[in-house]
Amino acid sequence: MEPFTTHTGIGVPLRRSNVDTDQIIPAVYLKRVTRTGFEDGLFSAWRQHEDFILNREPYKRGTVLVAGPDFGTGSSREHAVWALMDYGFRVVISSRFADIFRGNSAKQGLLAAQVAQDDVELLWKLLENQPGTEVTVDLRERTVQAADLTVPFQIDDYTRWRLLEGLDDIGLTLRHEAEISAYEAARPSRMPTTVQL
Amino acid sequence: MAPTTTRPRTLAEKVWDDHLVRKGEDGEPDLIYIDLHLVHEVTSPQAFDGLRLAGRKVRRPDLTVATEDHNVPTIDTELPIADPVSRTQVETLRRNCAEFGVPLYPMNHAEQGIVHVVGPQLGLTQPGMTVVCGDSHTSTHGAFGAMAFGIGTSEVEHVLATQTLPLRPFRTMAINVNSEDGRLRPGVTSKDVILAIIAKIGTGGGQGHVLEYRGNVIDNLSMEARMTICNMSIEAGARAGMIAPDETTFAYLKGRERAPKGADWDAAVEAWRQLRTDEGAQFDREVDIDADELTPFVTWGTNPGQGLPLSERVPDPADFADENERVAAERALEYMDLEPGTPLRDIKIDTVFVGSCTNGRIEDLRSVAEILDGRKVADGVRMLIVPGSMRVRAQAEAEGLDKIFTAAGAEWRSAGCSMCLGMNPDTLSPGERSASTSNRNFEGRQGKGGRTHLVSPLVAAATAVRGTLSSPEDLS
Repeated sequence: MEPFTTHTGIGVPLRRSNVDTDQIIPAVYLKRVTRTGFEDGLFSAWRQHEDFILNREPYKRGTVLVAGPDFGTGSSREHAVWALMDYGFRVVISSRFADIFRGNSAKQGLLAAQVAQDDVELLWKLLENQPGTEVTVDLRERTVQAADLTVPFQIDDYTRWRLLEGLDDIGLTLRHEAEISAYEAARPSRMPTTVQL
Repeated sequence: MAPTTTRPRTLAEKVWDDHLVRKGEDGEPDLIYIDLHLVHEVTSPQAFDGLRLAGRKVRRPDLTVATEDHNVPTIDTELPIADPVSRTQVETLRRNCAEFGVPLYPMNHAEQGIVHVVGPQLGLTQPGMTVVCGDSHTSTHGAFGAMAFGIGTSEVEHVLATQTLPLRPFRTMAINVNSEDGRLRPGVTSKDVILAIIAKIGTGGGQGHVLEYRGNVIDNLSMEARMTICNMSIEAGARAGMIAPDETTFAYLKGRERAPKGADWDAAVEAWRQLRTDEGAQFDREVDIDADELTPFVTWGTNPGQGLPLSERVPDPADFADENERVAAERALEYMDLEPGTPLRDIKIDTVFVGSCTNGRIEDLRSVAEILDGRKVADGVRMLIVPGSMRVRAQAEAEGLDKIFTAAGAEWRSAGCSMCLGMNPDTLSPGERSASTSNRNFEGRQGKGGRTHLVSPLVAAATAVRGTLSSPEDLS
């Protein structure tokens, strides 16, 4: 995973709450067995409407999505994160993220920055009144800055550290292999197995 | 393993403590052992690819099991899958399972079915276990007092490689469901209970929490009804839903293939009896539901929190105080093509879908058959009945339910996720309106442009007969 320190790109105001992962990428796009090429599925139903924000210049070149509360609800599909990243997004800003989506983002290096709803409203107004405004998201300082507006965002310390370092979770866990083996040795033998013995 | 503590703990905390491989230090997450990893074709290919690239193997294939469910057609299952992309995904799963030694229930196998129906019916899901799957409805298994939750593909790879997950403790929320006599009113099911809970706490209300469903109504529910409730915990934003195991749980498990036998059974039951929230344990939040007030519940909008009793009318967005909710309601009514003030009972339905990991079990099918027996599906209405597993299908046929369904004019299908998410050919057409026993009414969930009303199996059956959203009491 690429380390993430700061990112600057065009901000996209998405004035919708409860953006579920079926909207981010409908199930029909989940049939691929590869890990790339999901950008065409991103918001595919909404993108069929000409006036959808991502169909308009300069927003279509955006890399920082500013959405309403409860972003990423519903299905656990990590394809939602892949689709956002394949399209070019590096940061999603919302006042509240669904748990699984937030976790999936952290695994892929997409920054899910939690910003107070009042500040989201300020960002929306700014990005709508001045299309093409670049937003700078600084993970070290935990700030979102656009024009003369600077607002803080929240992210837990561990996820921040992993993103800053670009660390792979499996590698981190395997440092504790001895503890996993010790735990396994102590599991009751009556626990079920999936293989018919 | 379990720390020696006298502090009263919740059920969720007990299961967590029992699976602690390593307590996180300096802000690290805890490392939690996973007892059962369920796999299906949609969220696993990139995870197996990741293992191959890193030269890793599956650490515990004996704690992993796969089934084909999301993509599989529910008719002509002997033929090759017509959609080449779906076929590739299913074939990829078969290759991956063969290469990594993971047991698989493929299409047409007697044990094939929706992953969350298969685990419990084999007795693989047991109290106190940790269960994960790359599918958000993994919360279903919490009905057994297991801690079960959905994960993304990176986490699937992580569990395949290490049989653990780095996790932070979840907060806990008690959902107390009580009624005067501990029963639900006639025509009210556990589906109505969970839809009412989600409408009450909202789609983000459970965020970061494990919900524990408690109270005399929960105590009296069957295992299958409990699974329906836990299944939709994710629609309230929760990571998991749990119900403490009791005699109902033990009776369901006893004798199942993978349940403990003999002395192991006795030891297991003794251990399972400890899996209760201690007297005096503190939940981070508590919510009370008065089940005497519950009536059949349906959704009118495009998220599962947008629901109301069937006796109500389509709401007016202007009545929502919260700006975001008002905008969401306006958008939902536009998508659903509904007018404020319309009685929900007047909404005409094109398709009725009975099935899914929410309501695709034998009791669900029995309750539908009871309504359909001697009646006909209304003219112009298509009704699909899709069993949750091949075993449910066989059981239904042994009881003659399939005859009732087909005599009524419904279509009787093979097992799979089917129209719950329309990855197979079972989809709604643009503008088509369904009453569905599934779990999500998101825009386009059942097919592009399709409009979904979430309902119980009883409401689904009555709606099929009348052609408009109905409950059994509307049938003469």
